Amino acid sequence: MIEMQDIWKTYADGTHALRGVSVRIDRNEFVYLVGPSGAGKSTFMKLIYREEVPTKGQLSVNGFNIGKLKPRKIPFVRRNIGVIFQDFRLLPKLTVYENVAFAMEVIEAPRRIMKKRTMEVLDLVGLKHKHASLPAQLSGGEQQRVSIARAIVNNPSVIVADEPTGNLDPETSVGIMNLLEEINFRGSTIVMATHNKEIVNSMRKRVIAIENGNIVRDEARGEYGYEV
Amino acid sequence: MRFSTLLRHLREGAKNIIRNGWMSFASMSSIFISLFILGTFFLLAMNVNSMAGQMESQVQIRVYLQLNVEQAKMTELQNKIGNLTEVSKVTFVSKAEGLELLRKNLGKENEDLLEGYDNEKNPLPDSFTVDVYDPQSIEAAAQQIDAINKADETQPISKIKYGQGTVETLFKVTNAVRNIGIVIVVGLSVTAMFLISNTIKMTILARRREIGIMKLVGATNSFIRWPFFIEGALIGIISSIVTTVLILIGYSQLVKLTQMEMSLMMIKLVTLEESGLLTAALLIGLGTLIGIWGSTISVRKYLKV
Repeated sequence: MIEMQDIWKTYADGTHALRGVSVRIDRNEFVYLVGPSGAGKSTFMKLIYREEVPTKGQLSVNGFNIGKLKPRKIPFVRRNIGVIFQDFRLLPKLTVYENVAFAMEVIEAPRRIMKKRTMEVLDLVGLKHKHASLPAQLSGGEQQRVSIARAIVNNPSVIVADEPTGNLDPETSVGIMNLLEEINFRGSTIVMATHNKEIVNSMRKRVIAIENGNIVRDEARGEYGYEV
Repeated sequence: MRFSTLLRHLREGAKNIIRNGWMSFASMSSIFISLFILGTFFLLAMNVNSMAGQMESQVQIRVYLQLNVEQAKMTELQNKIGNLTEVSKVTFVSKAEGLELLRKNLGKENEDLLEGYDNEKNPLPDSFTVDVYDPQSIEAAAQQIDAINKADETQPISKIKYGQGTVETLFKVTNAVRNIGIVIVVGLSVTAMFLISNTIKMTILARRREIGIMKLVGATNSFIRWPFFIEGALIGIISSIVTTVLILIGYSQLVKLTQMEMSLMMIKLVTLEESGLLTAALLIGLGTLIGIWGSTISVRKYLKV
């Protein structure tokens, strides 16, 4: 599914974000990515959805060799990966429905199917009744649900979430986590970077800890392991 | 591309104009102002050109004959001059007609000056008025007529006049005016293109994030580009049509006004029928081109994510 072999990532300014990372994430796993700020978590995720290319090493996602991917093939790799951000990244001038449906327009899904599937996903995240609202009219938790709906609407095999609860209060965060767990249960692999100790410790999933560009810990049912 | 996708792009492009209301308005205003100035200058240049043309077309060659030229000779001369490639028309002006013309030009109050010169006492020679196709070739035509005269042993022509010196100066001025007009119109077109594409660039800069998100959900570059392309074209078309309509309405009013009030001043503006199509083609063509160009160039910049 996702396989990294001795991945190095060095940015133009000389920063070594990753220093020889090797890891394998299988289908339908739920993985927490933990570690201090600037340890390389975001780079780890950006490589998966090919916003960055590895400087050295072999990276395969869903069978695609990310390092050697032709630029015009990038969109097709991303269609199989749902991305969720801390800041939601919704299109402010589109309604909730349009934001979610947009991901289906991109793959040129027939309108009839698009309508049905979008409403289905909005129902799943509990926002069917707000389909006509604009993002600005929603709370942070609701906006994150919309961005999750957008990420899963095309049934991607991998979901990458970069601190999805980072801007949300604990109660809302629990709701988001339940949603992600449900999505994982339905068959998607989830890789989630987080600083939220409570969530990691309460869910007991696989935990990969990154420090200084290296994997320092990889436990099947791990804990957060850092003091907040 | 599927037909439904094309429809989607058209719909999105049109919707984006409304969604980005103020930015669209800024782009449209900038196109409107630039094209308005350009259009005004274009009409001005057209009129200056036409006035220069009018002045030039009034330039004629007067060929004065000796007093004792026979009728047969005159016809022969008229044919020879008429056969010159530069010449469009040769009109015979008899001495009597010449006198009549002179009377007219001197006006009523000077009538008495020419009294008693009628019939046998008419001192004027017979003459030809020669028109040429291209006013600029008048000197060449005059030289050819002179050559015809020299080839004939009787030398029937006494004088060839076309306002030597004055005509050359007139042409220098009209040519300069034309060239300046072209430079201004071209300069304004280029300025308008940069001004407008800059405004459009700014509106798209504000939507960099939007493009980033589109790429993230797996949109291909052409999928992202299409709505922007249509949006740019629509903005260009709409604003240039508005500009064209306003300019042409204003101009037609001006033409009407000069036809009534200023007809005495000998100013004859280019009519709407003559100038309208060209002006509309220039403004709408340029506006559309700029709209498309500005949006395409700017989107390309942000697609490299």
